[in-house]
Amino acid sequence: MSPTGSEGSEPNAIEVRNLYKRFGRQQVLNGVNLDCPHGAITTIVGPSGCGKTVLLRHLNLLLHPDSGRIVIDGVDVSRMHGHALDPVREKFGMLFQGNALFDSMTVFENVAFPLIEKTRLSAAQIEKAVHETLDAVSLEGMDNKYPSELSGGMQKRVALARALIRRPKILILDEPTTGLDPARTGAIHDLVRRTQQKFGLSAVLVSHDVPKVFEISDRLALMHEGKIRLYGTVEQVRGANDEVFEHFLAGRTSTDEEDALAKRA
Amino acid sequence: MKQVDRTAAEGIESLGAAVITAVESLGAFVTFLGAAIFYIFAPPYKLRLAIYQIREIGADSMFLIVLIAASIGAVLGLQGVKTLTRFGATGSLGSVVSLTLVRELGPVMAALMVTARAGSAMAAELGSMQATEQIDALTVMAINPVQYLVSPRIVAGVVSFPLLTSVFDVIGIMGGYVVGVGLMGAPSSSYFNGIAYNLVWHDISTGLWKALVFGIVVTWVCCYKGYNAERMATGISRATTEAVVVSSVLIILWDYFLTSILL
Repeated sequence: MSPTGSEGSEPNAIEVRNLYKRFGRQQVLNGVNLDCPHGAITTIVGPSGCGKTVLLRHLNLLLHPDSGRIVIDGVDVSRMHGHALDPVREKFGMLFQGNALFDSMTVFENVAFPLIEKTRLSAAQIEKAVHETLDAVSLEGMDNKYPSELSGGMQKRVALARALIRRPKILILDEPTTGLDPARTGAIHDLVRRTQQKFGLSAVLVSHDVPKVFEISDRLALMHEGKIRLYGTVEQVRGANDEVFEHFLAGRTSTDEEDALAKRA
Repeated sequence: MKQVDRTAAEGIESLGAAVITAVESLGAFVTFLGAAIFYIFAPPYKLRLAIYQIREIGADSMFLIVLIAASIGAVLGLQGVKTLTRFGATGSLGSVVSLTLVRELGPVMAALMVTARAGSAMAAELGSMQATEQIDALTVMAINPVQYLVSPRIVAGVVSFPLLTSVFDVIGIMGGYVVGVGLMGAPSSSYFNGIAYNLVWHDISTGLWKALVFGIVVTWVCCYKGYNAERMATGISRATTEAVVVSSVLIILWDYFLTSILL
């Protein structure tokens, strides 16, 4: 159940080794090791404040580590900066927690945006690609709506379509079901699994939505105090009888965690 | 004694931390402008976005500029006639109004008005984009957010401010004429003759250089404040307030500085 269990076999979509990150006096990442295999959904769970979001911001190259290594699709990105990162960035799509849709643009313009800005496709080719992708997320006929006119679940679908429009190899999803009701949560999970299979994606998912998210997870990583505490298939992690995991599943935090959160606040 | 030493050490430590933070902030502020100017000249060029911003900053500010310029010109005409009558020099009204507007009031007032209207909107829009991760989304899509969001606004500032200042000057001079000549009875022929004789190219270029610098300063400050807004409810409002206050203060300070070197 090592978080780097597949080392030595086929290279992973993402490999993280001994990742450390500190903000001021707070050590947020404390030696993270994680493998995200190709063609699988790797889900990172953990209590609030454990460093999930900071880890994700390293994986999507918005933050640089103090030390450690991040290898994305065989490329070590840990010491790369600026435009050197562009080819790596073009390998992945990102679904933000708040969707990050451009509110001044329509659904069509939002989804077409990466193609308009980063490719030389003709208007007809862009239109075809946008409609194909909107169909894939079951959003036909919404081209001219603005994000503010859509429900939370629909906005999520638009954001997913935008993340998928350039057919990335890796999809990163930050809390994709936050703020959605249980029915829409299930629908988004189904959609994530369906699109992951349809496009053959490697996906990394951060979620609070336990145990529902286990249904679509091929690998599960429990993050705790800036480290990956448990890693494996869902069955392996559930079978580990780990105290922190059991507390997390039951919706409880230990006194130590509450103290740590209070100190950070 | 040890307590005193510790207190002194803590005082020095916090002073040092404050100085380091101030120097870092200043460095980030200057680097931000450097990056924005660099990306104006680096492909892919964002001409379409620059034109859109010229409309936002320039064309959409026109009504406000015309309104304020006419009012300022009218006040100058009124005050000018009252004051110049004491010296028997109402024939100089055109020169006084035009020189005051072209050299000083035109660029400064136009810049302050555009700061209030477009600068605040710029800071709020970028602050909102920061808070809702739209700027991160651009980065993740391998689109440089400074090149996409900031550089076109700097270009728009450089183009729009001198044009708006020119409009301000002309409308102000017309306002001075309507009130000073039309209502207060100053001699009509000497109003425009005075302008033709006394307003030289150096006066006009001084005003336009000021407008150009203000265009950079206002877009730079407003974009920087919005771009670096804190991701919380009060972050956007604080960024907007700071953008307007800092821009306004810098306009006045730069006005003095530029006047002293261009005089």
